[in-house]
Amino acid sequence: MHMLVCGGTGCRASASDMLFDNLKKELQEQGLQDEVQVVTTGCFGFCEKGPIVKMIPDNTFYVSVEPGDAKEIVAEHVVKGRRVERLLYVDPVNKKQIADSKGMGFYKKQIRIALRNCGLIDPENIYEYLAADGYEAMGKVLTEMTPEDAIQEMIDSGLRGRGGGGFPTGVKWQIASKVSADQKYVVCNADEGDPGAFMDRSILEGDPHSVLEAMVINGYCIGATNGLIYIRAEYPLAINRLKIAIKQAREYGLLGKDILGSGFDFDVEIRYGAGAFVCGEETALIHSMEGERGEPTFKPPFPAQSGYLGKPTNVNNVETFANVPVIYNKCAKWFAGIGTEKSKGTKVFALAGKINNVGLIEVPMGITLREVIFEIGGGIKDGKKFKAVQTGGPSGGCLTEKHLDTPIDFDNLLAVGSMMGSGGMIVMDEDDCMVAVAKFYLDFTVEESCGKCSPCRIGNKRLYELLEKITKGQADKEDLDNLRNLCMVIRDTSLCGLGQTSPNPVLSTMDNFMAEYIAHVEDDRCPSGVCKDLIRYEIIPENCVGCTACARNCPVNCIAGERKQLHTIDQSLCIKCGACLEKCKFNAVAII
Amino acid sequence: MTSIKLKLKESEVQQLREVAKSFNNAPGELINVLHRAQEIFGYLPAEVQEVVAQELNVSVAKVYGVVTFYSFFTMLPRGRYPISVCTGTACYVRGAEKVLDEFKRILKVPVGETTADGKFSITCLRCVGACGLAPVVMVGDKTYGRVTTDGVKDILKEYEEAE
Repeated sequence: MHMLVCGGTGCRASASDMLFDNLKKELQEQGLQDEVQVVTTGCFGFCEKGPIVKMIPDNTFYVSVEPGDAKEIVAEHVVKGRRVERLLYVDPVNKKQIADSKGMGFYKKQIRIALRNCGLIDPENIYEYLAADGYEAMGKVLTEMTPEDAIQEMIDSGLRGRGGGGFPTGVKWQIASKVSADQKYVVCNADEGDPGAFMDRSILEGDPHSVLEAMVINGYCIGATNGLIYIRAEYPLAINRLKIAIKQAREYGLLGKDILGSGFDFDVEIRYGAGAFVCGEETALIHSMEGERGEPTFKPPFPAQSGYLGKPTNVNNVETFANVPVIYNKCAKWFAGIGTEKSKGTKVFALAGKINNVGLIEVPMGITLREVIFEIGGGIKDGKKFKAVQTGGPSGGCLTEKHLDTPIDFDNLLAVGSMMGSGGMIVMDEDDCMVAVAKFYLDFTVEESCGKCSPCRIGNKRLYELLEKITKGQADKEDLDNLRNLCMVIRDTSLCGLGQTSPNPVLSTMDNFMAEYIAHVEDDRCPSGVCKDLIRYEIIPENCVGCTACARNCPVNCIAGERKQLHTIDQSLCIKCGACLEKCKFNAVAII
Repeated sequence: MTSIKLKLKESEVQQLREVAKSFNNAPGELINVLHRAQEIFGYLPAEVQEVVAQELNVSVAKVYGVVTFYSFFTMLPRGRYPISVCTGTACYVRGAEKVLDEFKRILKVPVGETTADGKFSITCLRCVGACGLAPVVMVGDKTYGRVTTDGVKDILKEYEEAE
């Protein structure tokens, strides 16, 4: 029997490492340590209900497990063979308990290729990866295929870059392979900077060898012997697991000189990012690896011609690499059979925001937003109404009700004014103000703009100021025209992808939620009750019973009123924190 | 910047020089050396940057340019209990801004600064990837999930009692 305990960052934050220790201790006390193996795995994806424990072979899926539950799991499930019912997942719709994860709405529509081993194997044990067909694809490519054949297979698979750009991976490899140079580099972009997206981190934490294997294959195809992984310093767990994986792979001759006796040499080094969103752009990333400020440069020359240290360099993102071994193991045709006409395979999305099942999912291209949000995601939190979903992070756009049935792929998302991006998917409900959301993204862009080109450096700052004016009720209709014009200028004249896409959150919210902008501008009103300068909290006399709950919790003591008497809010002192609204049990506080 | 020069500990400076040496004093290793320097000193004041510039044979201006470019590097000392509020999108839509406001209100310091007693500092960070627990606050290495404005007091209390 095996017990798989999630050791991803999310579950660790909920003490899954302590749970792991407790399970081991309990088993030891029962003398069962040789019968049952406890394994720390990568992320299961169902972060909403973490920490997760999965029992193998019967597939029982325990959710929200606390360290204190270890005793009961061992005593009941292991010793007596009875499931601990209170730890099973309860379907939010029909309230039924589900024991096997396969029966859960969250997993039903998922196809896991890039995440195939996450939550299944121990990422710190190379044997487990080998047992899961690990390094088989590398062996096949290195010993049975020419680089040309291997590149052709990649082209045939139709795999497109998962970092956001969607450029065909095989074509990228082909370009780099055709440039002759004494030295070439393979770079893995693990600088996941998109707030709300964490798939790359989960892959590195849960299945680091798959990325190493793909990098060797990539090196063989383009004729590079050096690989570099550029990873955020903010991901300590992923870095640690990568280091372990690299060490193990070297020990087994899967990295280093003469890999598998093929005569091909390849080794991998880690480089650390230091927190700059723009470094996700490949030229900026390369400058950062050279120890410079991570500023992008004009393309061409493309990295394939002149990249790291001026040498031809192929940059792919973590998720792209994680798909590679499977394509060689199962063949290009199989991969191309999944997805839509122009977007093959699957995509990992980080589902977050006002949704019941927050987590990491992998779904075939072509699935609709409705399926993702309402079937896999379990619908909107607290029974609220769906308003928008933001895809593609700060470069993407907000999609609405009318886009719910659009099949998701690279081209469809672009056509409706958003983008795939790295796969962040943030769901918003009726309480979110779309102007404030656009402002939130611009705040991010202003902070992360590298400052090299003026449209991005100055333009985005002005864009932010215009949005601030609107959320304060100080804007007029002309400002809305200016806002749109400025967006166009920034989009058309910025140097790199960051500036070219930064107006997307503004443009898409203007396209889809113009009425909200107009309410802010013409009526000085924030329909969602978010923008502090346009709202005030009032007590509704009919509902107020005089319980003093609001007055006691007001941080600035601006609510007056004796017990059992009507309370009043002093508007001149109120900081609009909303504590009174949260505390009132009688619906007597309202946002006006 | 103040005109008073900070006196760095000789042993720590020596440690930094050795780090630079382990990277062959190569200018291309600037970011790696800065990472290690921040581990040694806790932050990167001008004086530390001068040593780094000397060791890697690059201008101080270049070092300063890199330090200020990346958000991971800081020129101000952090508090003994550094508070980082996640302001990634998932946390934002689940109320991170209110949580941040509450920390600022109670501690009476703006984002990026440290309380007068050196105990707490407040910074924002973008996504630790624990979106299932949004809004998330980190104090040192400890993660707090599903933080409410009410919960802020309790978090601070934990560290006030620790002293």
